Amino acid sequence: MTTIVVTGIGATSPIGGTTRDSWSALLAGASGARPIEEEWIEKYEIPVTFAAQALVRPEEVLERQEVKRLDPSSQFALIAAREAWADAGSPEVAPERILVDYATGIGGLWTLLDAWDTLREKGPRRVLPMTIPMLMPNAAAAAISMHLGARAGARSVVSACASGTESIANAYEHLQLGLADVVVAGGTEAVVHPLPIAAFASMQALSKRNDDPAAASRPYDVDRDGFVLGEGAAALVLETKEHALARGARIYAELAGGSVTSDSYHITAPDPEGSGAARAVIAALEQAGATADDVTHINAHATSTPVGDVAEFEALKRVFGDRVGEIPVSATKASTGHLLGGTGALEAIFTILALHERTAPPTINLDNQDERIPLDVVTSPRALGDGPQLAISNSFGFGGHNSVVAFRSYDD
Amino acid sequence: MAFTSEEVLAGLAELINDETGIATDSVALDKSFTDDLDIDSISMMTIVVNAEEKFDVKIPDEEVKNLTTVGDAVTFIVNAQG
Repeated sequence: MTTIVVTGIGATSPIGGTTRDSWSALLAGASGARPIEEEWIEKYEIPVTFAAQALVRPEEVLERQEVKRLDPSSQFALIAAREAWADAGSPEVAPERILVDYATGIGGLWTLLDAWDTLREKGPRRVLPMTIPMLMPNAAAAAISMHLGARAGARSVVSACASGTESIANAYEHLQLGLADVVVAGGTEAVVHPLPIAAFASMQALSKRNDDPAAASRPYDVDRDGFVLGEGAAALVLETKEHALARGARIYAELAGGSVTSDSYHITAPDPEGSGAARAVIAALEQAGATADDVTHINAHATSTPVGDVAEFEALKRVFGDRVGEIPVSATKASTGHLLGGTGALEAIFTILALHERTAPPTINLDNQDERIPLDVVTSPRALGDGPQLAISNSFGFGGHNSVVAFRSYDD
Repeated sequence: MAFTSEEVLAGLAELINDETGIATDSVALDKSFTDDLDIDSISMMTIVVNAEEKFDVKIPDEEVKNLTTVGDAVTFIVNAQG
């Protein structure tokens, strides 16, 4: 097996416009959930009036033409990918050896629905010719590929809320297969729009804590009532260790494994026994050449839904047995909300930084832990110790998609 | 109220600037959309869609290929006004 390492990270999230700002805010216990100040909240009587909107203003960091020609989801992706690429030292690599594998859960929703409004209000002649290339779900991967000059492929996986993690799992495979020297992976989402909010609310998936948004995302708490919709993007620069060392790159951590399984159980509900999720964890650990006993930190999917948090615990219990309550677990959606297709990539970065800085980030809003979920939840930044660390980050998506990535601490 | 040639030129320059970032004072009657202004086909169609709305005219798809220069477009739009 080839050793694969992380050499660049980028993120734009509801708690920070950059990776560093997001990580600092996370450690400080910030919440990105705020009231949505848009006229459509009242106009359409949207039942959930808050979300975790991205802090960055794309028009302030992108060229005007980039803003005009990219859906917000691709704008966030490009911002994150640029940061990650610069963070990796802007490696000089043959274009044919740079591959982009970049995910979204939904794609260019704003573009699609704005164009539909235009069609209905003004007719087909007013629908702009960039509509399709802006709304297609591969648009973010294409934008990153064009920006970096990546010509080994621009791929897009779509697996709902597992998308971002599955992209990293795919990158692991591409690098193992030798398809590229460097892969930019990650995920994005930008659907804080009345339609998805209405739809998620209709299925009772969202928290309705309108009077206290900052306390709404509360994984494992007995009073959790759904997830908080978030938006943003994250990107990782991954390469073989050999390639990274040859160019003198700074290495954050090793990407030790990345797995995908499917439940084939229910279109939205997680398998209550968690067998598919457990298989994903075990597969990622096998790739890492590790066992369950080696895991020292978990960034859980933990969306703060009543059912999902318990199902993930059941899966973890299957894998870790009696040790399940001894591993420090961070549920960072408590701070960031749920970035859907972007969430796995953002949480992967938090997992990488936890290893790199030897500090597990806190899970806010845990006032009364659900007794059915006896995990060791990290509620204030916690030192992970000096020895070798192995961490996993889990993501699960509608459709029964499970994806898990494993990272190992790296010492020079 | 009909737009004058000067008004159409100024309006087109704004649309071109908005779509491509080309400075408005670079947009002159003798400039070719493709050879001088380097406007690709998708930007050209975006400018056409926006020009139809701005000047309240219809620019048929088959006519667009005949609009080689900015001057061609200004003349067409001025004549197409009701």
